[in-house]
Amino acid sequence: MQALLDQMIQEGAFAGVPKEVVYTIAMVLTAVVVLSAFVAPLAGVTSWLERRVWARMQSRVGPNRVGPQGILQWLADGIKNIMKEDIIPTAADQKLFPLAPYVVFMGFLCAFVVIPFGESLIVADLNIGILYLLSVTSLVVVGILMAGWASNNKWSLLGGMRSAAQIVSYEIPAGLSVLTVVFLAGTLSMQGIIKAQGWRPWDWFMFHNPFTFCAFFLFFTAALAEGNRTPFDIPEAESELVAGYVTEYSGMRFLFFFFAEWGNLYVIGAVVTTLFMGGWQVPPVTDNPVLLGILQFLTFFLKAYFWVFVAMWIRATLPRVRVDQLMGLCWKYMVPLSFICLLGTIGFMFMDTNSRRIFGAITLGFAIATIINFFRRVGFQFRSAKPEAYWKPHI
Amino acid sequence: MDAKETYASLEKLFPGKVRDFKGDVFEPYCFVEKEAIVEICRFLRTAQSFRFEVLSDLTALDWPKEEKIQMVYHLFSYAHNHQIVLKVDLPRDNPKIATVEEQWKVANWFEREVYDLFGVIFEGHTDLRRIMLPDDWVGFPLRKDYVEQEEYDGISTQRAPLVEKLLR
Amino acid sequence: MTDYAADTGFYAEEMTINVGPQHPSTHGVLRFVVKTDGEMINEAIPDVGYLHRSIEKIGEKVTYHGYVPYTDRADYLAAMFANQAFCMAAEKLGNTEVSRRGEFCRVIACELNRLASHLISVGTFGQDIGAMTPFVHALRERESINNLMEEICGARLTYNYIRIGGVGYDIVPSTMTKIAEFLDHFEPIVEEFNRLLSGNKIFIERLANVAVVSKEDALSYNLVGPNLRGSGIKWDIRRDIPYSVYPELDFEVPVGTAEVGSLGDSFDRFWVRIREMQESVKILRQAMTMIPKGPAISKVPRKFRPPVGEYYARVEAPRGDMGFYVVSDGSEYPYRVRIRTGSYTAMSIIDKLSKGIMVADLIALIGSLDVDAPEIDR
Repeated sequence: MQALLDQMIQEGAFAGVPKEVVYTIAMVLTAVVVLSAFVAPLAGVTSWLERRVWARMQSRVGPNRVGPQGILQWLADGIKNIMKEDIIPTAADQKLFPLAPYVVFMGFLCAFVVIPFGESLIVADLNIGILYLLSVTSLVVVGILMAGWASNNKWSLLGGMRSAAQIVSYEIPAGLSVLTVVFLAGTLSMQGIIKAQGWRPWDWFMFHNPFTFCAFFLFFTAALAEGNRTPFDIPEAESELVAGYVTEYSGMRFLFFFFAEWGNLYVIGAVVTTLFMGGWQVPPVTDNPVLLGILQFLTFFLKAYFWVFVAMWIRATLPRVRVDQLMGLCWKYMVPLSFICLLGTIGFMFMDTNSRRIFGAITLGFAIATIINFFRRVGFQFRSAKPEAYWKPHI
Repeated sequence: MDAKETYASLEKLFPGKVRDFKGDVFEPYCFVEKEAIVEICRFLRTAQSFRFEVLSDLTALDWPKEEKIQMVYHLFSYAHNHQIVLKVDLPRDNPKIATVEEQWKVANWFEREVYDLFGVIFEGHTDLRRIMLPDDWVGFPLRKDYVEQEEYDGISTQRAPLVEKLLR
Repeated sequence: MTDYAADTGFYAEEMTINVGPQHPSTHGVLRFVVKTDGEMINEAIPDVGYLHRSIEKIGEKVTYHGYVPYTDRADYLAAMFANQAFCMAAEKLGNTEVSRRGEFCRVIACELNRLASHLISVGTFGQDIGAMTPFVHALRERESINNLMEEICGARLTYNYIRIGGVGYDIVPSTMTKIAEFLDHFEPIVEEFNRLLSGNKIFIERLANVAVVSKEDALSYNLVGPNLRGSGIKWDIRRDIPYSVYPELDFEVPVGTAEVGSLGDSFDRFWVRIREMQESVKILRQAMTMIPKGPAISKVPRKFRPPVGEYYARVEAPRGDMGFYVVSDGSEYPYRVRIRTGSYTAMSIIDKLSKGIMVADLIALIGSLDVDAPEIDR
């Protein structure tokens, strides 16, 4: 993209305009296009998907009226919420209260800058990509705390405080698990990390060695906690804190928080895919750059959506942990474990190739055994469930 | 142990404080002097042969003709599976009785309800506030001569007849 | 803590928050004034009365027959039991025989209602803890029960089914078949529910050792029903003060066994409810095979005038001992109706139990005691 701009500048397309201004305008335009054409529908469709998936798991139907299978439900909801009255409570902080949703939204939106959808489909391949991602997603906590404080509501305050404690704590295991991958790849750049992996599952960092396999689960759990997802959704625990930090919000501002949450869900999936699952790597089937781009995009998209689906699945299944248990889980188990993973990976990097291969094979075998065992459990649940009960609930 | 034996031993231990045992009704009851209610309850709860460890129910009856409010205590023992009903007559114009909260914790709420709806004052009660009705409600609704307020906090308690409403 | 404040000059204030009257997990209109130190609760003072409909006072103004529909409203999640208790009191006072088929119909209807009520209880409890799916699954089953109830008595929530002398409508054979089908379908569902929720590690961790009620407290605060049995006291009115045809039926009384934590914790109370549902299924199956032929209701005069007397009828409702203390002065109207409910006493213990637990535990506590606002306020 930059190359294209440079070429255009050299050809004299923007004669008399400073280079920086051209870059800025181009970046803003790209951002607007990405935002309106990609991110908004993405978050919206994720919300629809979550509701549908959730509904099926709860033997309900879910939204199926607007558009085919209800896929346009998010548009209808958005329009409804924009039409709504914009209420700012009198006792709320008049400046921070309206600002908070945008801070949260910005935190998640900035993350899209470094998400590599394909070999060339990335807004900016920063050389500190993953570090940038970790830091901008931390902006969310500022927004949430802002919302909690500015609402001048005790439930909001409790929610904001819980969220701050939670997100700050879970940054550590998340960061450490990311670090294991960074050590292996030797780069912080998102594209670099993907390029260090291959398209085959055994080339992924997930199955690279036992420690990265462990780090993968640590990262996914920590990411769920950072995204305020069940079982770590205590900041907005509706049965305890009414609605947590969004208690006083309504209309579009309220929607912005959830927009960010659903978008974040996709970001989690994308980061997991990038770090541990080979990103957009596809088998070398074609040389056509356009076709290849589409293939890469689809691969990445589906891999990421798989983890989005898993997060939804978890949300439909698990109850919520308590605050002290949440902190205990983080500090007593996940932080030490992620340190062990980090050190283990470092040790692994000093091994010779042969033992590395052996360990890699063992990890893969173990992973496959885990997955098979998992599906056996699921199969058991399916066999002992009575599906006809779901299809025909009214006897 | 049935209620008759319970009454017999109560009469022996607390002479003059229990009276009028009625055994030929569905649930035999006896009357207790209001001064003695706490000690009798304490005895009934702790004595090994009775062990009425549960206060099943505590309520009151209003008898305007006899000018009395009657407290009714339903005592039950899970250990011996027997029950006795104690009744205490209180004067209607100034109903006051000692609380049995020390014997059974649940009496706290039961007595609050009786205070709220009948206006019986429980002496020694730790938290004697209205429980069902707002604190500034006037009158005790479960008394037979209760007439409800015309309005409460500016809200009318009367409902216009439906026909009148339609005509308006 | 005061020392810390004096030493450092930092004074921590208690935060007072209102849980309710409108709060997602107060199951109706309850209010707690909660004083917290951050997440820890120092004191939770229950404030009830938002749903007070003066059902007791209404009882003095309507006839015995006319009062039965009002009893439905005392606890609308388990309306059948209030019907049953009031009718038992009235029948005892009026010396009315209940037809034998009527008794069996009552047992069937009551146990179905118990299933429905417990399903609501465990489902919403799961939701309070944060698991959304079990709630919907439980309500799906309850929906089937509501459909059955509709076939039995034409109503889904406030039944007005049990009348003085028997039941309003006979249960027809086709409905019996449907109930049997439902039970066959329901039994594995309970197991599935256990796999989904009761066995969940997070769920157990949330409930084990939370809000432990000792035996002494349970007696002193007069907890009843599953809450009492959760504390390890084997006491069930169906078994110990038998009424209706329960003595002829064979069922277990589940008690808390400190399955995961200490005796009388929140999980024990929850677990007693789950096992009670299984016992109810057993009772229903027996009652359906034993039900005799005959009229569903015996002859009761339209003007029902019981002689002077009083009776305290107790039934084992889903929330425990439901007592109707009915006093008759020989007229057409009851002189006094007193409704004693399980939730009322369960509510009074919350003040004691809530000291030193967390906000999230308070929600678990309310759910595990299964308090129900309409039943508290009446």
